[in-house]
Amino acid sequence: MSRAALLLLADGRFPAGGHAHSGGIEAAIAHQAVHDTDSLQTFCRGRLHTTGLTTAGLAAAAAAGVNPLLLDDAADARTPAPALRAVARRLGRQMMRAARATFPSKDLERLAAARPQGAHQPIVLGLAARAAGLTPLDAAYAAAYENASGPATAAVRLLSLDPLDASSLLAHLSTDLDAVATAAARAADRATAEGVDALPSASSPLLDITGEQHAAWTVRLFAS
Amino acid sequence: MHLDHPETMPQRHTHSAEPLRADGTRRALRVGLGGPVGSGKTASVAALCRTLREGWSIAVVTNDIYTREDAEYLLREAVLPPERITAVETGACPHTAIRDDISANLEAVEHLEETLRPLDLVLIESGGDNLTATFSKGLVDQQIFVIDVSSGDDIPRKGGPGITTADLLLINKTDLAPHVGADLATMATDAKRQRGDLPVIFTSLTSDDGIRDVADWITAHLTEWHHKAAA
Repeated sequence: MSRAALLLLADGRFPAGGHAHSGGIEAAIAHQAVHDTDSLQTFCRGRLHTTGLTTAGLAAAAAAGVNPLLLDDAADARTPAPALRAVARRLGRQMMRAARATFPSKDLERLAAARPQGAHQPIVLGLAARAAGLTPLDAAYAAAYENASGPATAAVRLLSLDPLDASSLLAHLSTDLDAVATAAARAADRATAEGVDALPSASSPLLDITGEQHAAWTVRLFAS
Repeated sequence: MHLDHPETMPQRHTHSAEPLRADGTRRALRVGLGGPVGSGKTASVAALCRTLREGWSIAVVTNDIYTREDAEYLLREAVLPPERITAVETGACPHTAIRDDISANLEAVEHLEETLRPLDLVLIESGGDNLTATFSKGLVDQQIFVIDVSSGDDIPRKGGPGITTADLLLINKTDLAPHVGADLATMATDAKRQRGDLPVIFTSLTSDDGIRDVADWITAHLTEWHHKAAA
């Protein structure tokens, strides 16, 4: 395995479309639930322990070799908001394009053929990690880190926050990231024996509601 | 540890910049239009659509900073049917979407190709940006950089990747030159110095058929693109 591949996959500059998505922070800022660094940190921590844990579990399970089509159904079941399902699949398509170019594998080709409109993004991420020779824990880390860093980066643009504060915030979330990634990888390990029901299914209903509303905005800076 | 062998994979894994579709037919020519806010990119796209739509099958992708503003202008002006115009969100970062991470734009282009085949030309309009904004070659075949005389006649002299490397530099709103004291001759000389043999076209879209030279430039590229397809 190459640990460097993990840095590539987790890099916000990896060209897989993430830069145009705010992870729900644009809606949260519009509702004034997030307005400064402290409220941003609370948002990111909450997101990390709910949808972050769920996505990290899916990514880890894909990296562990669990059937990606079963995982895709499991991801649908864990994503009740239609708008967020659509976003997850669109990002999955974009991740697939980047992953096929960077870490080509038969698993990715098979999933691309089976889900031409896109599989859920964390599953593609997990398969890319697998193709790169990374572990399920690595895939969980990449998914969990992206889950927190996406909204933090978007908030810097939307609230004109000091980018150093945003980086410091992510550093403060390190312990939470460790816990989430570890729990996700453990669940993925169980899923290889017990099936996809062993995967986390934490959610954040408010993100589902505001995500659905955000998709209907006529003027917005971020796609989600 | 599981690791497939890339060298045994038979096909390329990105078809973004490849001139052929997966089935071997030639895809549509992609032309990007970039440039500062207010220089007339959307007006140029509208004029190009009106001029070229009779002879060619066209679609447009817009990259608004605030989504849909430009797309809605094009819809209001009815330059193309709605299904031929797609808006892409850029997360407050227009140059990222056309240069560093082109995946959303590629998706939009490919979707248009799939739903509107046969398609001859896709115009991709960047959100208004700065003088360094250029399109990735993975996204477009030709790029046009649009500036205007009212933003200052020193812009060609300032250069920057957009001015110096675009396949065509379009200097728009020449009708305003006398009103803003812009020296078109100086702009032409500076542009020549910055761009060497790369073409520059002065336009005024307020005059009838003001886009003609640009439309001809695109038509020449379209013709060449199709000759290659037939070859």
